[in-house]
Amino acid sequence: MRAIKIQKILLFTILSLGAMVYLGPFIFSVIVSFSDNKNLINQPGQIVNSGWTLRNYIYIWKDLPFATWLFNSVVITACQTVTNVFFSALAGFTFAKLEFRGKNLIFGAMLASLMIPGIILIIPKFLIINEFRMINSYPGLILPGMISVVNIFLMKQFFETMPKDLVQAALIDGCNYFQMFWKVFIPNSKPALAAVAIYTFQGTWNEFMWPLIATNTSEMFTLPVGMASLRYELLTDWPAIMAGTILVSIPTLIIFIIFQRYFIQGVASTGGKE
Amino acid sequence: MATIEIKNLQKTYPNNHYAIKGIDVSIQEGEFVVLVGPSGCGKSTLLRMIAGLEDISGGDLFFNEKLMNSVHPKDRNIAMVFQNYALYPHMTVYDNMAFGLKLKKMLKAEIYQRVTDAAETLGLTEYLDRLPKEMSGGQRQRVAIGRAIVRKPDVFLFDEPLSNLDAKLRVQMRTEIKTLHRKLKNTMVYVTHDQIEAMAMGDKIVILKDGVVHQTDSPINLFRHPKNKFVAGFIGSPAMNFVSGEIVKEEGLYFVAQGMKFSIPPPLQVSMERYLGKRVDMGFRPEYVYDKGLEKERRLSTDVEIEILVVENVGSESYNHFRLNGMDTIYSYRSSSSNAHIPGEKLTVGIDLERLHFFDVETEESIL
Repeated sequence: MRAIKIQKILLFTILSLGAMVYLGPFIFSVIVSFSDNKNLINQPGQIVNSGWTLRNYIYIWKDLPFATWLFNSVVITACQTVTNVFFSALAGFTFAKLEFRGKNLIFGAMLASLMIPGIILIIPKFLIINEFRMINSYPGLILPGMISVVNIFLMKQFFETMPKDLVQAALIDGCNYFQMFWKVFIPNSKPALAAVAIYTFQGTWNEFMWPLIATNTSEMFTLPVGMASLRYELLTDWPAIMAGTILVSIPTLIIFIIFQRYFIQGVASTGGKE
Repeated sequence: MATIEIKNLQKTYPNNHYAIKGIDVSIQEGEFVVLVGPSGCGKSTLLRMIAGLEDISGGDLFFNEKLMNSVHPKDRNIAMVFQNYALYPHMTVYDNMAFGLKLKKMLKAEIYQRVTDAAETLGLTEYLDRLPKEMSGGQRQRVAIGRAIVRKPDVFLFDEPLSNLDAKLRVQMRTEIKTLHRKLKNTMVYVTHDQIEAMAMGDKIVILKDGVVHQTDSPINLFRHPKNKFVAGFIGSPAMNFVSGEIVKEEGLYFVAQGMKFSIPPPLQVSMERYLGKRVDMGFRPEYVYDKGLEKERRLSTDVEIEILVVENVGSESYNHFRLNGMDTIYSYRSSSSNAHIPGEKLTVGIDLERLHFFDVETEESIL
């Protein structure tokens, strides 16, 4: 009985420490964002003496193109989330439920492409997009992220757990393959679709590398790129950067809290569990 | 309604595995045909080929004399009931039944009429708003049957529809499907691995093994006149007993095995002549073994001394398992429960000589 209690306390302590490691910087950012001391980040000890203000948030909204960056981020994230959900479900369904020549070969090649580090692909991707004259445009920002192999894999795994009889019943009922996908399989795969949507949203919203490379004027920046640009343009206005960062992370937090259940389900389903 | 003609139908998989090796079956209009056989015999594959869910590798399939080989499943006017029900989980019972009709762009009023009629036939009227997961196995299978009925198909196909139900419900649904058949008079093709279900339901039974038809006949003919040793052993429960022995000639022909001697019944005397001095297999059903002390009227074989090993009393009758003269094989003998035996009991039995079956050892064909 006592041993269990000690074990519990120990576990709780470790978890608390872990939480502090993750939460600490976030809480510090929140504090810095509300502080009127521009040097707080270099002198954390000053925290007691510094005054509190909303000035950083007002500055972000009024004097920076924050609204433009927000609009860009919303457009790109929305487009990529919708297309990812649709295409990964379509491809996952095809790989899981239909028979065609070369299916395993194509799927194998797709999986193999995951072995190539993303960073290596940045230059060819840039050259291609540049050839299409899409640099510094929405298509150039959106196109490369419309499909993800990981999502296709996740959806394939999910559809494989659904009985094959459903395909046959739908065929006999007169469905073509797209109707079968749209009217029978999609309505029954909400948890998997939600997982793909959340992962994609989070990934795209926070994406830094590609928007940084594919844009060259401030009005095409996304939020993460815009925030990073403050570091160079001004004398590193940390409180302003932190205010922006907090604003950027709010949507992710809200989505996570609402869809927590699906998040965990999604992780579980990638592990091959139902 | 439709006739189905299956001619030399074949199914080969890419790895050269033959699932169906040239099958011929002819199904009349309104007939209830059961495809039965051990697992892996190709019965479900054959059914799916009739449905159009599997490609045909060779041979022809006709519905009403029209070639169906490359017709899409939805254009064959068939309906299928699956083992796992295959109901659409997100749709209510009504929508499940109406789905196929909606895809055909049928008028709403007509759909409503058909679905409510089918629901009434199957006793589902009060469940129309429920989701499949809110229903029991038996109810779900009824919905699946309802989904088939509303299509008013030429042919109903059943793929082991009762396998997932418990024993009592299975017997009840068996009757319901037969009643439905009598009412609708459609052509129905039914797949099962359960020979009792096959015997109980089929007008005609097709026995398959290893992708080949072993016999197609009415249930009673399969029981009385099996064409070969496989059919003889497959149909009937408990299964037929087999003894290997030799044909000898004295004043007539006799089958001799393990110190037992059976005179060959007169109708078989001529055909057995060519097996003189050769080995044959003899089969007898547990139903036709009699206690010599009780049975006086039938023409029984000479005395066979047995010792009972195990008794399975199922209430109305009991199955007694025994060994013959120290042989390893266990045989069975059915007695009425009023004449129950106990393990270890020794008794003298005789086998009805009119009910003996003989099989060629090499071809396993019946000797007629």
